[in-house]
Amino acid sequence: MSEKDLKDKDLSDPVDEEKRDFLFITTAGLAVAGGAVTAFSLIDTMNPAKDVLALSTTEVDLTPIEEGQSLTVMWRGKPIFIRHRTSEEIRSANDASVSELKHMASDESRVKNPKWLVVVGVCTHLGCVPLGQKVGDNKGEFGGWFCPCHGSHYDTSGRIRKGPAPLNLEVPPYDFVSDEIIKIG
Amino acid sequence: MKEKETENKKGISNWIDERLPVFTFINHNLRDYPTPKNLNYFWNFGSLAGVTLVIMIVTGILLAMQYTANTEMAFDSVERIMRDVNNGWLLRYIHMNGASMFFIIVYIHMFRGLYYGSYKYPREILWMLGVVILLLMMATAFMGYVLPWGQMSFWGATVITNLFSAFPVIGDYIVTFLWGGFSVDNPTLTRFFVLHYLLPFAIVGVVALHLVALHQFGSNNPTGIDVKSEGDTIPFHPYYTVKDYLGLGVYLIVFAFLVFFAPNFLGHPDNYIPANPLQTPAHIVPEWYFLPFYAILRAVPDKLLGVLLMFAAVMVLFFLPWLDKHKIRSANFRPFYKQFYWLFFINCIVLGWVGAMPAEGVYVLISRVATLYYFGFFLIIMPFLSKFEKTTDLPSSISAAVISEKFDNKEPSSSESYVK
Repeated sequence: MSEKDLKDKDLSDPVDEEKRDFLFITTAGLAVAGGAVTAFSLIDTMNPAKDVLALSTTEVDLTPIEEGQSLTVMWRGKPIFIRHRTSEEIRSANDASVSELKHMASDESRVKNPKWLVVVGVCTHLGCVPLGQKVGDNKGEFGGWFCPCHGSHYDTSGRIRKGPAPLNLEVPPYDFVSDEIIKIG
Repeated sequence: MKEKETENKKGISNWIDERLPVFTFINHNLRDYPTPKNLNYFWNFGSLAGVTLVIMIVTGILLAMQYTANTEMAFDSVERIMRDVNNGWLLRYIHMNGASMFFIIVYIHMFRGLYYGSYKYPREILWMLGVVILLLMMATAFMGYVLPWGQMSFWGATVITNLFSAFPVIGDYIVTFLWGGFSVDNPTLTRFFVLHYLLPFAIVGVVALHLVALHQFGSNNPTGIDVKSEGDTIPFHPYYTVKDYLGLGVYLIVFAFLVFFAPNFLGHPDNYIPANPLQTPAHIVPEWYFLPFYAILRAVPDKLLGVLLMFAAVMVLFFLPWLDKHKIRSANFRPFYKQFYWLFFINCIVLGWVGAMPAEGVYVLISRVATLYYFGFFLIIMPFLSKFEKTTDLPSSISAAVISEKFDNKEPSSSESYVK
């Protein structure tokens, strides 16, 4: 057999276009599906791992906190501010007119028991930890917290009153397990 | 409208291509690239090695995000990857078995080159760059094996670094320098981690050079005959993209089988025991891909000579183009070389096998004979055959070889379609 015969044979062989399309689509489809599943599994390794998720609840005993005192605890690597508010602080939080607030929220909507305010101690501007937990701290113009980074003032309900922060201090999900113990997360 | 769009698109790619010829480059190297039309499946292993390198780098980067390079925490951080990190087990098993797969692929790739004379003129530098890649891979694999900080990690690191103590006078200083202390310890682990992360990128660089050297003269082929006319070649795309793609599919099935059904088959159970500097495991062996070299090391009763011989076993590959000066490349046309080649292949497997056996009794004898043949093949048989071996008749061209192979020996089947 010579090369010439081969060429002739070639020409007489019709190409089944439909079969080629089918092969192309199934092959490419399988590659895309396999690639996507693999990529997802690999990228998913960067999401929080099980040991990180296991740290997502924290229980706090409130008994040692006297009226007017504050406690900072860690929850998911962030500080949680717990303040045992005085009746004066509760009153000042309720006195503020909700409609004039930058981020409107009444004090009742932010507490489960008015004596206890629980907020995430991270400024909603750019993530600094505001001052106001310690006795000598600058509590800002509204008696709550003051963020030293860019000067945001929070009131005794943790609401933003003055400064660049757009939102109130976040209230984390928590429950009173008993009268004196809360579970955050 | 449609015409205008395509014209516009063409305009953009042309605009870019004129300034940065990426599209010309891709077209030249992956599409029109003329490739000998008779490549068999052994020519898949280059692209498979490339894919494996990418798999190793991707999984390695993700693992490095979870790993802690500290003697107190390394072992636990690996266990955390296995238990707590999402799909962490998959990540680690791919990376772990990927190392083995990488060596299987590269060893086959090398045996291919050895059989078909791919290291001969004009591809000497291509071959030597390949040996550089092998050396970098060995260093990377060794240091990677240390990172989980199990018993085999620790004692493997101790034994391999101690190889350098064989050198007179400077040996102890070298070892202390490598360790960054007086034993394998935290400084050793941290530098091994950094180098294990760094060297793969050096490999990528050498691979790029390897490809530049390859595309200078194009691939060798099973006949070992140079491409003589355009009729001897076919464009890389679609013919070899499809052939590589099929090979990749088969390869990934084997890879996935190991990862999902026998992830620890090639590993050693002792490496799941945390490193203990006070107790050496009863039977210490390196990873399988180092076994032939390990066997050569142990075959020699002298410490320095054993170490030198082991290094020489890799270094001798650099000189291959000058040890085998026979003008015919492919073993298909060299009846004697072909037999010695297969004996060499079996010999390498025997070396690997005795490397895993205890160094005593009959195993020592076998390892000595095998070591002798290993070096004899390169240093005596190759130069000898270069001078005296008569070859069988060479086909006049690649096309002629293809036709006689396909149609002289058997009846042409109607389903075989043929492409010039």
